[in-house]
Amino acid sequence: MKSIKLLDHVILILGALFMLVPVGFAFFTSTHDAISVYQNGLQFTPGGHFVDTYTAVLTEAGGFTKEVTGLTMAWNSLVLGLGFAIGKIIISMLAAYAIVYFRLPLGTFIFWIIFSTLLLPLEVRILPSYEIVQGLGMMNSYSGLIIPLIASATGTFYFRQFFKSVPDELVEAARIDGAGPIKFFIDILVPLSKTMVAAIFIIMFVYGWNQYLWPTLITTDEGYFTLVRGMKQILQVWIGAQIPDTNQAMALAILAMLPPVIIVVIFQSWFVKGLVESEK
Amino acid sequence: MAKIKLDDIRKVYAGGVEAVKGVSIDIEDGEFIVLVGPSGCGKSTLLRMVAGLEAITSGTAQIGARTVNDVEPADRDIAMVFQNYALYPHMSVYNNMAYGLKNRGTAKAEIESRVREAARILEIEDYLDRKPRALSGGQRQRVAMGRAIVRDPAAFLFDEPLSNLDAKLRVQMRIEIKKLQKSLGTTSIYVTHDQLEAMTLADRLVVLNGGQVEQIGAPIDVYEKPASTFVASFIGSPAMNLLALQKQGQSWQLQEGEGLEIELDVAAEEITLGVRPEDLHIIPQGQTSHGVLTAHLIVSAVEPVGAESYVHGTLGNGGPEVILRAPGKAQFAIGSKLDVTATPDKLHLFDGNTGKRMEITPMRVVA
Ligand SMILES: Nc1ncnc2c1ncn2[C@@H]1O[C@H](COP(=O)(O)OP(=O)(O)O)[C@@H](O)[C@H]1O
Ligand SMILES: [Mg+2]
Repeated sequence: MKSIKLLDHVILILGALFMLVPVGFAFFTSTHDAISVYQNGLQFTPGGHFVDTYTAVLTEAGGFTKEVTGLTMAWNSLVLGLGFAIGKIIISMLAAYAIVYFRLPLGTFIFWIIFSTLLLPLEVRILPSYEIVQGLGMMNSYSGLIIPLIASATGTFYFRQFFKSVPDELVEAARIDGAGPIKFFIDILVPLSKTMVAAIFIIMFVYGWNQYLWPTLITTDEGYFTLVRGMKQILQVWIGAQIPDTNQAMALAILAMLPPVIIVVIFQSWFVKGLVESEK
Repeated sequence: MAKIKLDDIRKVYAGGVEAVKGVSIDIEDGEFIVLVGPSGCGKSTLLRMVAGLEAITSGTAQIGARTVNDVEPADRDIAMVFQNYALYPHMSVYNNMAYGLKNRGTAKAEIESRVREAARILEIEDYLDRKPRALSGGQRQRVAMGRAIVRDPAAFLFDEPLSNLDAKLRVQMRIEIKKLQKSLGTTSIYVTHDQLEAMTLADRLVVLNGGQVEQIGAPIDVYEKPASTFVASFIGSPAMNLLALQKQGQSWQLQEGEGLEIELDVAAEEITLGVRPEDLHIIPQGQTSHGVLTAHLIVSAVEPVGAESYVHGTLGNGGPEVILRAPGKAQFAIGSKLDVTATPDKLHLFDGNTGKRMEITPMRVVA
């Protein structure tokens, strides 16, 4: 028993190290200046340049146009992540609500069509999607970044399963209590779904924040670059010009990692609840 | 408060199942009606049609003077209590009770006073701020009742509200519901499959079988004069003994087995004879029967339940099984022989083919 426990811990610790050591390298490297990184390679000791590097990354304009700062990119990422998560939650909740609670002709069929779009991820349909967005003149805009990706089969599926598990009597009690479809949705279904919403919010926020391919296609204007998309571009520019600012690139990477980590840490108890239990 | 009138109500579900096959009931103002019948007989369907949760296929339902076939549940002026309580899990007890009133635009002060009053009546004042999951089953049941009471509706509809409670609480809540209904005077329709619950609660019972009304009447009338073999076997516990008889010449014989002597004068070929377990009396050793019926049975099992014992026996050799109620202290050996009798007024006769009650024609009492 004891030895098994020990083994468990060893495995856990190894796993944690495996994940954290690269992050540690990135962080410590980002606290040195560019020259010492260039000379001595990646660092695993704190350097004295934490404040300079991060101030530079966040506030100094970089890129070709020298217009975009780390802060702008972080803002763009945040807009994308939040827009993505909130949009997907709203759309998929409404879709699931319609499918579960209204006697739509072909309701089940429609659901399976939505579900089958899981087989067509963005990468598969990227050209037509791009063409449509371009045709609509939505390049280089937040709406172009967010709206085309907002439909979510996964979200619809989870909400559908959840709504189906809500007892019919609850709907009936609400009907007798005079709650119409909209009131029922807002007063009862939404509050009941809150752990589910939190779980999906985390998944979708991180997913949106980490988008790379789509922002790369849709944004050519550096003012709309997200952290994930901008990092490499900006590093390349810097590499061409002088000693590579590896420390700044690492700082950007750390910054890009931070918000998803914070979100997960804050919402993690909800996340687990949303996936394993329900309040009914 | 209102009368409820159901006229030839039918329900055919989308799949073609005819759950309710033409039911008509006139319910008086303030009356407590219990729909009782075995599982699947259409009780819930009928109740849900009154509530408006299920469309009425044909026939009319009236609440008060109004035909409500096409009226939304919220506008029918009814309140319903569900088996699983159906409380809103995320709302406090207070808000659970207040929700329906809020939706109707009742003034805040009025809501407050009504909820407090209902909570006082139901003794749940201390839990008003709790969420339903922090309550016991009995307390949840009270909240569900409270939600119905605050609305002060024309009628209460109950769908097996006590089925999820343990036996002791069920008896206690049963009494409380009855008291409450009497003091509020609100017309009520109550669905249960439990005949004892039905008997104790009802002003009038409606016994349903396969989507049809078998009998409507006061509990005691239904008990004493069951309209059919179905009602006879459903109402009363242990169930009434039913014996299939056929005429052989001038006398009546069991269709299967032997061990029964009966003298009766009925113009029929086949009948079903019914006797309640408490109406069968053991003839003491050495005496002879004074009734029209004498049965010889061999004790096969005894169930002592305290105040009394249920004695199971077979008539003759491997004939039909009968049950009789004997005093709790009486001792019976398995395999021993008993002679039992019943008085003519305690015999029920049913048509052998239709199962409908026949009024007993005069019978000869033999010494
Ligand atoms: N939504 C439904 N669709 C089809 N058949 C149903 C539905 N609800 C109930 N039934 C059928 O109708 C009959 C009566 O059901 P119900 O009224 O629930 O019976 P009870 O409440 O007396 O147990 C049953 O045979 C049941 O299977
Ligand atoms: Mg039922």
